[in-house]
Amino acid sequence: MDTVVAFVHEQMTGNKELPKFKAGDNVTVNYKIIEGAKERIQAFKGDVIKRQGRGFTQTFTVRKMSDGVGVERLFPLYSPNIESIEVNKTGRVRRAKLFYQRDRQGKSARIKEKKYIAVAK
Amino acid sequence: MKGIIGKKIGMTSVFEPNGKQTACTIIEAGPCVVTQKKTVDTDGYDALQIAFGEAKEKNTPQALINHFAKANTSPKAIVKELRNCSIDKQVGESLTCEIFAEGEKVSVIGTTKGKGFQGVVKRHGFSGVGEASHGQHDRQRAPGSIGGSSYPSRVFKGMRMAGRMGGDQVKIKALRVVKVFPEQNYILVSGSVPGHNGSIVLIQN
Repeated sequence: MDTVVAFVHEQMTGNKELPKFKAGDNVTVNYKIIEGAKERIQAFKGDVIKRQGRGFTQTFTVRKMSDGVGVERLFPLYSPNIESIEVNKTGRVRRAKLFYQRDRQGKSARIKEKKYIAVAK
Repeated sequence: MKGIIGKKIGMTSVFEPNGKQTACTIIEAGPCVVTQKKTVDTDGYDALQIAFGEAKEKNTPQALINHFAKANTSPKAIVKELRNCSIDKQVGESLTCEIFAEGEKVSVIGTTKGKGFQGVVKRHGFSGVGEASHGQHDRQRAPGSIGGSSYPSRVFKGMRMAGRMGGDQVKIKALRVVKVFPEQNYILVSGSVPGHNGSIVLIQN
């Protein structure tokens, strides 16, 4: 069964290329919004607090603070309405699901950036 | 009418061109073999008999082996009839999922999952009798009265009560064919389909 579902997912996703990111990363999701006949792109920038599911039905949740109010938005990873995803920062976190962020504000809600240092050979 | 026998594989969801996510069921439909053509003259009704799935020869009665041999095919596991079928195929020819096009409306017939002995709330959608408070405690999923003592002083036939639930043949109508993979014999239909994964279903319209 799983192989068949995987096959169908492969057929349906095509070769959509997405950047690698995980919980704790700061991303900008450029999402297509269709208003009547018009189509425009809205950017949603925030921290990824969750990646859920597998294959074609995967989703991820982005959390940001908007005027002091926490806003969370869930995106299906392979949605055709996602124009592009940009990874701004890679976070250093110890969990796959960052729900503790919901109880935090200000300084304590910051996520440390993971820095890569080039090692001289 | 046209139809094909298939096996339910499982569910997933796909994105429509308008960006909407639709839940759909993957069905491995066919290939089926036409094993007999019934006509009004010979059998009293018009039907197309189709067979699906491989069966072991040692587990198949000789009568069926010979019946399949007439269509030049190996023994099959499932045999079904399609009444007044519009498919023009001869005995021995195979039937694939290409008879259905994307966007077409189909109905799917299958056997629902067995639920065992269930009460009236789950089985018939009763809302139960009691309240949670005011001293009541064991009436929340009860069926209530099933017949008055002076009139009718009996229980009407067909009174809905607790009992075995599920395992019934059910037809789900107006499902949309989302996608067809002719090479792999897979059909994606919108929505859910009765039965477990791996159960046999009949797709028709």
